[in-house]
Amino acid sequence: MYRSGLPLLIKVLSFMAIAASIAVEERSVQVRMASPSRFGDKAFEWLTLAMALAVVVLVILIGWQLWIGSSVAIKKFGFHFLVTSTWDPVAEQFGALPFIYGTLVSSLIALLIAVPLSIATAAYLTELAPLWIRQPLVSLIEMLAAIPSVILGLWGIFVMIPWLRDYPFPFLKRLFGWTPFFSGPIYGPSMLAGGIIIAIMILPIITSVSREILRSVPNLQREAAYALGATRWEATRIAVFSYAKKGLFGAVILGLGRALGETMAVTMVIGNTPQIAASLLKPGYTLASVIANEFTEATTDMYLQALFEIGLVLFGITILVNLLAQLLLRTITTTSATRAVQ
Amino acid sequence: MHLERADNHTWRKIKSALASTIAFVSAILVISPLGLVFFHLLVNGAGSVNWDFLTKLPAPVGAVGGGMANAIVGSLELLAFAGVIGIPIGVLGGVYLAEYGSARINSVLRFLADVLNGVPSITWGVVVYGLVVLRFKGFSAYAGGLALGLIMIPLILRTTEEVVLLVPNGYREAALALGVSRWKTIVHIVMKTASRGIITGILLALARVGGETAPLLFTAFGNRFWNHSLSQPIAALPLQVFTYAISPYDDWHRQAWAGALVLVTGIFCVNVLVRILTRGHAASVV
Amino acid sequence: MENLVMATPERSVVEAVERMTEAPSTAEPIPACTFQVKNLSIWYGEKRAIDDVTLDIASNAVTAIIGPSGCGKSTFIRALNRMHELVPKTRVEGTVFLNGEDLYSSTVDPAIVRRRVGMVFQKSNPFPTMSIGENVVIGLRLNGVRDRKFLNERLEKSLRMAALWDEVKEDLHKPGTSLSGGQQQRLCIARALAVEPEVLLMDEPCSALDPIATAKIEELIYELKAKYTIVTVTHNMQQAGRVSDYTAFFYLGRLIEFGPTTKIFTNPTERQTEDYITGRFG
Repeated sequence: MYRSGLPLLIKVLSFMAIAASIAVEERSVQVRMASPSRFGDKAFEWLTLAMALAVVVLVILIGWQLWIGSSVAIKKFGFHFLVTSTWDPVAEQFGALPFIYGTLVSSLIALLIAVPLSIATAAYLTELAPLWIRQPLVSLIEMLAAIPSVILGLWGIFVMIPWLRDYPFPFLKRLFGWTPFFSGPIYGPSMLAGGIIIAIMILPIITSVSREILRSVPNLQREAAYALGATRWEATRIAVFSYAKKGLFGAVILGLGRALGETMAVTMVIGNTPQIAASLLKPGYTLASVIANEFTEATTDMYLQALFEIGLVLFGITILVNLLAQLLLRTITTTSATRAVQ
Repeated sequence: MHLERADNHTWRKIKSALASTIAFVSAILVISPLGLVFFHLLVNGAGSVNWDFLTKLPAPVGAVGGGMANAIVGSLELLAFAGVIGIPIGVLGGVYLAEYGSARINSVLRFLADVLNGVPSITWGVVVYGLVVLRFKGFSAYAGGLALGLIMIPLILRTTEEVVLLVPNGYREAALALGVSRWKTIVHIVMKTASRGIITGILLALARVGGETAPLLFTAFGNRFWNHSLSQPIAALPLQVFTYAISPYDDWHRQAWAGALVLVTGIFCVNVLVRILTRGHAASVV
Repeated sequence: MENLVMATPERSVVEAVERMTEAPSTAEPIPACTFQVKNLSIWYGEKRAIDDVTLDIASNAVTAIIGPSGCGKSTFIRALNRMHELVPKTRVEGTVFLNGEDLYSSTVDPAIVRRRVGMVFQKSNPFPTMSIGENVVIGLRLNGVRDRKFLNERLEKSLRMAALWDEVKEDLHKPGTSLSGGQQQRLCIARALAVEPEVLLMDEPCSALDPIATAKIEELIYELKAKYTIVTVTHNMQQAGRVSDYTAFFYLGRLIEFGPTTKIFTNPTERQTEDYITGRFG
């Protein structure tokens, strides 16, 4: 019974296998495929969402950390922190006014230098330059943007400052020495040197954002001006600039945001002296520089708190400026503007 | 009357030519710092870049010679650690914006990413100091890498979003019509198609943070010796350049120039690589 | 004549629909059907793209969907493998049965539907990062098939079925985008066939091709119907006449007339169908 049963069982099993394989043959391909998992889809979507939410977390994290780090100082100094100019770590008296002043003045100098140059260059790149020269020029400007701040600072210390001290500064002093802005002795490291180095840092960003904005001006505008017999410059001034005014302003504000937060290069050439002096030839100090220089030296808790509060002030100012820039630039195609920003 | 009009016309033409000249001179002025910085880097740095510089530790104060080997390796370590944090978060976050997010959520996230891109790099240093250095009582490679990694996130997120959006919808549909799940379609088809652009974005972000000094000042802190543990301070090339540049020693100044030359060469190599990657793909980064 | 039609399009459409719901417009019943579409309506947001369509699609036959652009042809065939769901804010009413199974049932995974109902698109879209060979088997690979031997078998079989094997068998490693337009479209057909679907949907597969490449695809469609049910959208009347067994005429999201191709093209019941086929509008 048992002996005859086994072959029979094998026969039955093999018959079943054949039958099954015939059935499988029909849909052999589909059967081999894994069943789709909704879990995988959901998991991936949630994973990417979590990663995207990192930007929310980071913005909150920065604000929270700066606030926590400076809460004692904020309580102790209150509003006076922003409007007094004593910076005395030994006496634990901290006022940020010289740094706020230095940051604003150096950024303003930078804008005065960089804005006309950048916008003229952007106009040259989109309206006036021969076609073959445009792309190489754009590449060079991108390369300038890629130079690290610390290297520009190095160049500033050893090349720019000696040159400024020997030629342009004495010249400016001779010419405008009677005004408070260029009076006093010439040091070399100075507010003006800081402003110039920041200008170099923000030239590429203002240029490339302005270029994107000028490029987004519809050709119809230009053609209309040419049809009226305008020269190239007139077409640029009347049709292009007036159309792009708001966007160009946005580009300038974006440049201002970068200028305010610029750290290394400025620290290396501005002289790092907390004073409010009218003369641009005198040294100054910025919010970012004082953090860079003194953070690791902050021996007392209150000193560190004060520096955190400086960081908070800097963060607050740059956020506001960047918000303004984003609002102004929002009308322009997002992608082209962000490409330029990065 | 006729003459006057001709005069007027000539004057307008002169004005136009003048404007063009001014714009041209401006363009020259804008790129001149690039040429000057390069020139001085080569003049002052090339002589000091030698085998010792690339392979030796810094010499003790006062002694001549030595190199920046530890700083070069340190920078690479920091970049690797930063990449581990910044690349996955940035790339996947960018994929969310391009593939899933609703218009409203996206505009908020995009806006915040742009705000983050505008945060001064020194601020990141302060924040990571508070988060890591204070908490774990010491400067470390972790802290430095984290600071650089956080800076990379919004940069990579935005470029990834942009290039993923450039992938034609037809490819998504073709894969989905084969019964491939959505996430596999995104990973194996969409991201693979956009990989060139994604890699470009990553490289540019690495080049950008590789030259950062401010976020490292009080996180990685710097180190005159080899770093043996990521929980110890670590040297970085830009940091070393800064330290040497503001020092009073001539020999260190020479080394600062040499370090700057090495750093700039590295960054420009990455930029050239990016240019090769995107050659002929100017219109679509894909 | 033209004026008459244009003047009262809505009324005639309504009449047509009424007539269809009363009695099937086909004289003889369709033998075996792969799809049974019942009262299907589709909205994109507020816009109704498909309006109460009922029709059966025969197995192992070619059904052509014709009609002027914007009539809902594409939406209709995309509803057959749930590709319409990819458009946000889409809403569906009615049912579609695939061999007796309700495609829109909540227990049915759209991915499974799409494996059983393959699709070829208007613009050929081989994946640019992949070789010819990878393109063909990618559906299997991404759906979890790892067996190399089996993949190679399917690769050859699918390319043979798409009449592409002889042209590319030496170049399987070359990029899919290196092929000519017509070859690319046949590669896409091979890619769709590799997962062994029961149905092949084709959304104007020849509209971007030259006449010779078109002829090849048409020939291929004719051969493929021995094994597959084929639904093809076309705006080319001659093509519909050449390749299809059944033809459905859509207008403004409604099914105006459906029947054997010979009947639709020689003796249409509806005035609008006749006007469209004879080129008087659309």
